[in-house]
Amino acid sequence: MEYLAWLLLLLPLLCAAAIQFGVKDSPAAAANLSVASVVGTFLIAVLLVFNSDFSSSFTWATAGTFTIQIGILGDQLAKGMMVVVTGVGMLVHIFSLGYMKDDEAKARYFGGLSIFMFSMTGIVLADNFIMMFIFWELVGFSSYLLIGHWFEKKSAAEAAKKAFLVNRIGDFGFMIGILMLWGILGQTFLFAEMEAPAKALPESQATIVGIAVLLIFCGAVGKSAQFPLHVWLPDAMEGPTPVSALIHAATMVAAGVYMLFRLQVAAGTSIFEGFAGTTIAWIGGITTLLAALMATQQDDIKRVLAYSTLSQLGYMVMAVGLAGEAGIEAGQAGMFHLYTHAWFKALLFLGSGAVIYACHHEQNMWKMGGLFRRMPKTTMTFAVGTLALMAAPPLSGFWSKELILAQALEHNPPLFWIGAGVAVLTPFYMMRLFVVAFLGKPRDHGAEKAKEVPPVMLVPLIILGVLAVVSAFSLIASSIVPDNDFHAHGFHPNMVFWISLGALLLGAGGGFLLYHGRSSDPLANNPLFKLFRNKFYLDELYLKLVGLFQDTVAMAVHFLDEFLINGMIVGGLARSTAGLGNIFRRLQSGNLQGYAILFGAGILLVIYLTVFAR
Amino acid sequence: MASLQEYLFVSGLLFAIGLAGVLVRRNIIVIFMCLELMLSAANLTLVAFSRFNTGPDGLPDYNGQVLVFFIITVAAAEVAVGLAIIVALYRARQTVDVEDLTSMRG
Repeated sequence: MEYLAWLLLLLPLLCAAAIQFGVKDSPAAAANLSVASVVGTFLIAVLLVFNSDFSSSFTWATAGTFTIQIGILGDQLAKGMMVVVTGVGMLVHIFSLGYMKDDEAKARYFGGLSIFMFSMTGIVLADNFIMMFIFWELVGFSSYLLIGHWFEKKSAAEAAKKAFLVNRIGDFGFMIGILMLWGILGQTFLFAEMEAPAKALPESQATIVGIAVLLIFCGAVGKSAQFPLHVWLPDAMEGPTPVSALIHAATMVAAGVYMLFRLQVAAGTSIFEGFAGTTIAWIGGITTLLAALMATQQDDIKRVLAYSTLSQLGYMVMAVGLAGEAGIEAGQAGMFHLYTHAWFKALLFLGSGAVIYACHHEQNMWKMGGLFRRMPKTTMTFAVGTLALMAAPPLSGFWSKELILAQALEHNPPLFWIGAGVAVLTPFYMMRLFVVAFLGKPRDHGAEKAKEVPPVMLVPLIILGVLAVVSAFSLIASSIVPDNDFHAHGFHPNMVFWISLGALLLGAGGGFLLYHGRSSDPLANNPLFKLFRNKFYLDELYLKLVGLFQDTVAMAVHFLDEFLINGMIVGGLARSTAGLGNIFRRLQSGNLQGYAILFGAGILLVIYLTVFAR
Repeated sequence: MASLQEYLFVSGLLFAIGLAGVLVRRNIIVIFMCLELMLSAANLTLVAFSRFNTGPDGLPDYNGQVLVFFIITVAAAEVAVGLAIIVALYRARQTVDVEDLTSMRG
């Protein structure tokens, strides 16, 4: 099994290397190679998930007694996550064959996808924090490559830069957190060795442990785009739509949640107790609410989905944070939501990709409309994804959100009410999106001429549509949900169910009534909704803050340069030299006899010093 | 025979006259001659000391007198070079007055 797992890790890397060094000039070969590699990894992942756990490692670097290992750890969590990653990855690769058919840099695109698959596999399989951090950075790098795929476009290049820089902020905290945790948990990076030291931690260290966990959470804040570092994800929609589906919806952004849950599995939830878990849960809650509010006023079909991704990630982070109080069940609920969300959000993004493709790269939903008649199959799959995201029973999203809300109600009622409020907003903005883009009449040429997409794009949509319905059912879920011992629970219609059902009907009904038959947004002029449309002016605020900070630093540096270095050191040296020269210039009178007098005086002085002044 | 003090007095007088000439005269040739005067004063001192510093065998210490020959030789060379420079200077500037030679003023 170990060899297969190593192959699973290295296959995408070999593929990326082969594309970069071999078939770069032949796009079709590069695409086929990449798809073949991801199909291979998917098959391996499926094979592994039905086999026993495995682990294998070798020493990578040694310094005295300190060693860094590269190793793979295949427990149920990693194996299940691998199925999600490679499964979504495979469908996205196949979809890309159609979507990127005419792209000029197809080879580079598929090379980027392969290097991403390698990085993501590394995060999932890593058996220690250092290796995870390495692949964590590689994921950021490949995300940069893929967001900036159309780098000739200024906005795409800037979005790639922004994503990379914002992620670096989080990763800095992550790195400090890893090192602190190393010191706290008996000087080990290995997940397998963390449990005993974590159990033996004295009460007096609770504060420092909490700080370390929060610093590690910083990494998740960056990668999973939580408030206040969420600003990069909507901009990352500048990348090709399949990339958004793979990286910025289903897998990479979930890495933060995965990493936190991995820590909970490894070290137990006890280190999340107290302020650390509460802070994480509240950050998740704030993110889910803010993102849902912002999603209600976006016009770009991909941006609506991007904000809904933020919102759903907020749910997951909230659940993982609640695990500090609630124990591992809350974290499992978050992972369950990650798992179901991956399928239906990939479906929604690929569906939006199909729509954008059919409308000749039109992304504004107000210029679509009436697509249901023209591309019914795509619309049906999109509708399934929408219902799953709305958490309509009995689709997959319903079960996982239900679990999270139940955990929240039990352990942190204020967060439950935030979650319930978002459960109203989610159907509202998704209904808005669906009604405006797919129903009614076409409002632009692109939508009028839209045709059903080719099978290579339709088939992944249909597969994902089926998964969006059935992935939460216990038959499938119990074997591949990325959890240790999760079982889809028996269902009782309780208070959580009635509240979320009411929220669903309220939001969906409100959205339908408000937007049915409209050709522009009736809420656009409402000042409150303007605030949502402008994303609470957070981007502008950050721009101001960063500008202020940079200006201050620049002013200080300018002062140092201008006054200290230029004025005092360089200028001062020049001025003192000139002054001294001015003094000595007077001695050079050019008068021969003046020199003679000085000469004589000098001799007298020497005589005086040698003869009389002894 | 005159005493050592008298020789030294004359020598000092010569040196003083030479120094005064160097310091106050403006004609560079005169200054040059005054320099020679100062050299002669030094020669006179050396010879006088040599003459009055007799050893146990009654002979003077000739080291001083040998040094005088060296000085005369070097002075001859110096005069040759110096006069040549003065001639060149005159050709360039049409003057031998030191007051006019101030182009090296800083």
